[in-house]
Amino acid sequence: MHKFLIRSFVSSLVLLFTLTVAAVAKDVKAAFVYIGPTGDHGWTYQHDVGRKAVEAAGFKTTYVEGVPESADAERVLRQLANSGHDVIFTTSFGYMNPTNKVAKEFPNVKFEHATGYKREHSNVSTYAARFYEGRTILGTIAGTMTKSNVIGYVASFPIPEVIRGINSFTLAAQKVNPNIKTKIVWAFTWYDPGKEAEAAKALIDQGADVIAQHTDSTAIVQMAEKAGVYAFGQASDMDKFAPKAVLTSVENNWGPYYVDRVKAVANGTWSQKDTWHGIGDGMVVISDLDSQMPADLRSKVKKLQADLASGKVHSFTGPIYDQKGNLMVAEGKTADDGMLAGMMTYVKGVEGDIPK
Amino acid sequence: MIIDLNFVGLIIASIMASAVPLILASCGELITERSGVLNLGVEGMMIIGAISGFALMTVTGSLIVAVFGAMLAGVLISTIFAFLTQTLITNHVATGLALTIFGIGISAMIGKNFVGIPGKEFPILFESLKDTIPLISPILFGHSIVFYFAFALPFMTNYFLKKTKIGLIVRAVGDSPESASNQGINVRLVRYACILYGGAMSGLAGAYLSMIYTPQWIENMTGGRGWIALALVVFSTWNPIKILIGAMIFGGLTIIQFHMQAIGVRIPVQFLTALPYIVTIIVLVVISRDSRKIRLSTPSSLGKSFHKDN
Repeated sequence: MHKFLIRSFVSSLVLLFTLTVAAVAKDVKAAFVYIGPTGDHGWTYQHDVGRKAVEAAGFKTTYVEGVPESADAERVLRQLANSGHDVIFTTSFGYMNPTNKVAKEFPNVKFEHATGYKREHSNVSTYAARFYEGRTILGTIAGTMTKSNVIGYVASFPIPEVIRGINSFTLAAQKVNPNIKTKIVWAFTWYDPGKEAEAAKALIDQGADVIAQHTDSTAIVQMAEKAGVYAFGQASDMDKFAPKAVLTSVENNWGPYYVDRVKAVANGTWSQKDTWHGIGDGMVVISDLDSQMPADLRSKVKKLQADLASGKVHSFTGPIYDQKGNLMVAEGKTADDGMLAGMMTYVKGVEGDIPK
Repeated sequence: MIIDLNFVGLIIASIMASAVPLILASCGELITERSGVLNLGVEGMMIIGAISGFALMTVTGSLIVAVFGAMLAGVLISTIFAFLTQTLITNHVATGLALTIFGIGISAMIGKNFVGIPGKEFPILFESLKDTIPLISPILFGHSIVFYFAFALPFMTNYFLKKTKIGLIVRAVGDSPESASNQGINVRLVRYACILYGGAMSGLAGAYLSMIYTPQWIENMTGGRGWIALALVVFSTWNPIKILIGAMIFGGLTIIQFHMQAIGVRIPVQFLTALPYIVTIIVLVVISRDSRKIRLSTPSSLGKSFHKDN
């Protein structure tokens, strides 16, 4: 009887051990929550390219698209956490509170929230890209290529991310051409091809010969192509939509980060992090430079790109003044991440007021 | 300040270009509603037209096939609506809403393979005349064939309804299907035809968006224009000429507010963005003040099912 008990105890231990090993070795499953359709060829599309990279690295992935930033998000997150996903990427700013709330309920599931700043539980990380570095490059190109000295900028919503982009772009453009004027039109949409095209057309009709955008569709570069002016691609390489107009694009490259993080979950090395990567880490990628740009501009841009990557050049290097002439960043200093994250004032040289 | 006439011409031309899909879809829906059928599926039929046009253009390479294919796709999807509401006598409102949801879903499904493909250039007429006369020539010349068709359509629709026998039959069916039926008119057949025509025009409006206005396919690219087209029909009190005016006001306010922003007019942007909607509401209120006129011009049997045996 005694022997039997010991034997069954040992065998159950063995069984438990095998089960644990099996559990550790089981496939890591990653889930992605998208704000838009994967077919937007912009923000969500690029996240989905990243997801495919995770898939290519040998992990199982699922995604839910078109999830509103409301109570629906919580429900989707809970369901994903319940159905055996080990890491969940929530790819829009508005998922910040739902992500933290659900993370509390599922301490064993890792959560990765894009563009947010709340990490209330140890299983929540945040990540974002320094897109403003890309806009420094676009500003340099725009300031050099413009003949009318009027540059158009189609903006989406007045949030720090967009203001930072406008400032970074304008500072770089002014550096190469002090006479430029940046005209800004707020479209109040991230994604409405018709409206974006109309906004771009208005800027072109008013003399802008280079158009930058902080909205997601390809309608603006196509409008630029039709009107014979220059433009830049947003989020993905938009060159094939407007081969003559597009001088270069700033691409969002999430793949390497996603693969890294999913691998960390698989190895058990995942820990909470706040990631803000730029050109240097390859999260922001500059597409091929168009051959219409003069050779010296192209080599200048290449050098700027390398300097931004190495940290030798910072997009916000003083002296920087705001519109009223108050000093924002002193000479020789650079703006710190706290200032960048909350940037809600225009720098000197940007026309108009920020809509309130 | 000297006003550059060419600049004004360019603004008017952009306003007209943005009004094209609204005019097409509204004029189609107007005929449908004049026959007494309320089809709330305009947005769905439009997006089906948009994906069909774009897909056919990419696959066949022929713009003519694509344009007519988009219209045919609009006809096919509206056939579902016609069958449900006319043969199975379902509720117009519910069926129309279902049609919109169905259209948006199925277009996204078909569209998966067509994301990220640039569109083809659509031929432009009278391009050489574009810079001849200031103000006038940017408005008149250098547009696609669909553009010219859209601006002729309200007048043709008006003529059709007021001066032709078939137009009279359509109106009769919409105002009093019972009397029309007693006169030996096949009410169901007339309504079928009007629904399918509305589908064709919505399909064409969608194709204009995905092939000419912003030549690309992305999900939900109609962006609620089908709903605006529906509102325009009410706004116009079922008068095609007023549709033209309404579409110009609506398209115009959006574009003018962008111009005001670019010029640097210091008016809150949110107000400018809301302006088209505010003006639409004001005009609707002004129109509805005259309730007699509304009663006279609204098709009396609008949205009511017709049972022949009653």
